[in-house]
Amino acid sequence: MADEAGQSHLGLHLPLNREGRIAEGDPGRDREPRDLTLSRSAARTDPGSGPGQALPLSAGGEGAQSSNAIAQADEAALLEVKDLVVEFQIAGPFLGIGGGTRVLHAVSGVDLTVRAGECLGLVGESGCGKTTVALSILGLVPATRGAITIDGMEIGSRGSIDRRRLARTVQMVFQDPYASLNPRQTVRRTLVDPLRLHGTTNAGEIEDRMADMLRRVGLTGDHADRYPHEFSGGQRQRIGIARALILRPKLVLCDEPVSALDVSIRAQIINLLLELKESLGLSYIMISHDLGVVEHMSDRVAVMYLGRIVETGDWRAIFERPGHPYTRGLIAAIPDVFAPAGVAADKVRGEIPSPFDPPAGCAFHPRCPIAVDQCRAPPGPELRRLGTAHEVSCWRAS
Amino acid sequence: MTLLAVEDLRIDLTAGGISHAAVDSVSFEIARGETFGLVGESGCGKTITALAVMGLLPQPLAIGGGKVRFDGRAIESLDADEMRRLRGKRLAMIFQEPMTALNPLLPVGRQIAEMFILHEGASWRDAERRAVEMLARVRVSAPERRARDYPHQLSGGMRQRVMIAIALACSPDLLIADEPTTALDVTVQSEMVDLMRDLCVANGTAILMISHDLGLVGSMCRTVGVMYAGRLVEVRSSADVFKSAAHPYTRGLVASLPRLGSRAAIGQQRLQEISGVVPSIADFPPGCRFHPRCDRLTDVCRTVAPGVTALAGNGRVRCHHHG
Amino acid sequence: MKLGANILIGGALFLVAVLAGVFAPWIAHTDPVMDANLMVAEEPPSREFWFGTDAQGRDIYSRVLYGARISLTVGIFAQLVNTLIGTALGLSAGYWGGWWDDFVTGLTNLLLAIPSLIFALAIMAILGPGLTSLLIALGLTNWSFTCRLARASALSLKSQGYVQASKVLGYGDLRIMLTQLLPNMLGPLIVIGTLGMGGTILAEAALSFLGLGIRPPYPSWGSMLSEARDQITTAPWLSVFPGLAIFLTVLGLNLLGDGLRDILDPQSRSRRL
Repeated sequence: MADEAGQSHLGLHLPLNREGRIAEGDPGRDREPRDLTLSRSAARTDPGSGPGQALPLSAGGEGAQSSNAIAQADEAALLEVKDLVVEFQIAGPFLGIGGGTRVLHAVSGVDLTVRAGECLGLVGESGCGKTTVALSILGLVPATRGAITIDGMEIGSRGSIDRRRLARTVQMVFQDPYASLNPRQTVRRTLVDPLRLHGTTNAGEIEDRMADMLRRVGLTGDHADRYPHEFSGGQRQRIGIARALILRPKLVLCDEPVSALDVSIRAQIINLLLELKESLGLSYIMISHDLGVVEHMSDRVAVMYLGRIVETGDWRAIFERPGHPYTRGLIAAIPDVFAPAGVAADKVRGEIPSPFDPPAGCAFHPRCPIAVDQCRAPPGPELRRLGTAHEVSCWRAS
Repeated sequence: MTLLAVEDLRIDLTAGGISHAAVDSVSFEIARGETFGLVGESGCGKTITALAVMGLLPQPLAIGGGKVRFDGRAIESLDADEMRRLRGKRLAMIFQEPMTALNPLLPVGRQIAEMFILHEGASWRDAERRAVEMLARVRVSAPERRARDYPHQLSGGMRQRVMIAIALACSPDLLIADEPTTALDVTVQSEMVDLMRDLCVANGTAILMISHDLGLVGSMCRTVGVMYAGRLVEVRSSADVFKSAAHPYTRGLVASLPRLGSRAAIGQQRLQEISGVVPSIADFPPGCRFHPRCDRLTDVCRTVAPGVTALAGNGRVRCHHHG
Repeated sequence: MKLGANILIGGALFLVAVLAGVFAPWIAHTDPVMDANLMVAEEPPSREFWFGTDAQGRDIYSRVLYGARISLTVGIFAQLVNTLIGTALGLSAGYWGGWWDDFVTGLTNLLLAIPSLIFALAIMAILGPGLTSLLIALGLTNWSFTCRLARASALSLKSQGYVQASKVLGYGDLRIMLTQLLPNMLGPLIVIGTLGMGGTILAEAALSFLGLGIRPPYPSWGSMLSEARDQITTAPWLSVFPGLAIFLTVLGLNLLGDGLRDILDPQSRSRRL
């Protein structure tokens, strides 16, 4: 997982199998993520503890890996979002004259970090702002306030964006495979045009890269000259993934990549995304309302509600020991047959408030089963440490 | 006491002179007050099966064989008037997109009241009062005020509650719900499911729940029917279908779904895949329609469509290599 | 099959008109302007003069053929200019929005408020009669419908995933408009263009009829109608044949446009059941 990607970044030799995949173990086989978290957080909070700290990871050769993990942790994060605020002015019905403009608070102060080779899951329901955060990172929506730094490049509320460089650094996989491909372009054009746009002129190289990407997503050369309507939903999504990766970005935002697909093929696409993350050393931000998908793909998870992050931490911590009542409510909403054992959770009642008019104090208080007076009055709670690499924004969390 | 009996149903899609069987040899029963779920992916035929039960199949589709019996009477034998009287009073349906199913120009209270006027001959005043009561029963707060709202003023969850109110107004014998929660947020979804279940138990209304969401159907319904490419491949109690699915498709589905807790349970991120794609109606494979994707494939599967095998606990499966 | 009939018949009619104009020098019997023989003035259709002769003794058949050249040239080129202006304005307005959209919409509304023929008349009055002024006048005054259409298409298409994907891939606005939006709007634009061509042909006929377009002795279907005004009862063939030519050509274009619309539109509708 993160280790292996970390190794590839540090240029170490990795044993490859016949298909050119990393041979050691199954891509995505977990190695005690809890301990991995310890190693990273140990490195962050205890600079004094060096590589000598014995980390109880199971397989052999792990000692070298641990030092790499710590070295990696010292590297600057690939993506850093600080205090992101995105507000939209929506004109009232009378052209904004005397009818007032309303303010849509899409994102109200979000901090995020994504490291190289890591997958951050972003969970939330409608109105939580997760898609707006993604669009801001992509430079498609201007931030009202806050700083976004990706691979050293700043894209925030000030200044112009170097769009070409940004396109080579961060890309997106879209939700609806039926609307995300240009129906009048062949697969070949969809993949090759961006290469040409970004300066690749050698016809041979273009052809090779296109063929390579098609192979990686499970398609063949025959598919290159067909039109989108000749493919199934799952295949279109594969094309969309190929398009996102053709420029070899470092960070890929996946916005509900399987929600619009048939259930029997969701596993194929999830596995594909996991493999590509390994083989290409990618980082992901995985946006979804489906907790199962987020759990399988993410190293760390952030839970969003009405434009704020209410809880963040390692995937295990979030899903096995959720600290925020909303997170617990999300888990409780899972149908009984699929509900995980051992997580006590109260169902959440009521409706999501409008982002035009978020509640005062804690945004969740109207629906919260354990709200008290402190929650109803401003200011709202801040993210505070609950456990190792686990933060919650709740007055009632111990 | 069987309320709905679907016997060997075939629904044909006729386009450009050629007929394809979109749904083929589908048989199931729903008893009074029972909850039955029809689960499947795109193109499996679950929605058109429901439309056939309601007598609402749109033009290129038509019942090509078999029978649908509601309370003993075959619905093909009913004329348009009788069918219309059945709908709303004894047979009700709610859809995925409440916004398109509600009249945008009428207040929601009025739309509920219309049910009482149409089917029970109630007076205006009476109907409006009962509409407000209905809103309270679907757990809408401040129902008198809400009754005067228009659909666009309500949230998605609210609109769906209004739809449920309209559907259950005249205490129908059967409620057909086609993907009723798919467009809703997850926290609202689970509330909606609880509401439907409670109301139907209270009224003795049977539910036919249609969804692609196996978990939802499994939690809400006592019996589950799994459809694939126009055929019913397995019918089991919801407890059995998850623990010991007999059909390879159902098995594969249950194993491949990313569920909370499964990553820790199986110890890896990678999910168990089902290979291949869901066939469209023009390319239904011969023999067993699932055979190109099945790991228990043998020669007979390619050519011979499997018959129905009875299983313990009132279950049924269509597979040459089930269990 | 109903669908094909429109295109076949309409296309055939239009093709006949085009071929008549193109091959006029070869299939006409006389020179349309010079061959005037007052001895045979206002003769009804005969074996020698298929459509009869006009007041100057000129062969109407040949004049109708040469008239096709003018009417179709104006119709096609003026419509081309219309389409270019309308598409460029509408596409950019829909895509960019903001003040540019407000400006273009205002301009379009202004244009729609003025009867286009009157507007064209005013321009012709300034520029004087003749083929070029006709092209300019008609080209500048009939783009509003195309603009509205292009703007509506751009608005609905720009939120499609592939347009967002192009932005994310670093495509500039112009490239997106030309390579992602325009190819997906062609259907309705072609239909409007075809139907609009009928309109510009009629507009040219009207302007020439009023004496502001093509001036005699050069044959244009409209000016031929103008010259035949007074003889409608005494020598109806003077008006019938040019009138028929206009009618059949425009009918053909309308049928063609309708047929194209039927083919290009339902493609998206019958995709999935």
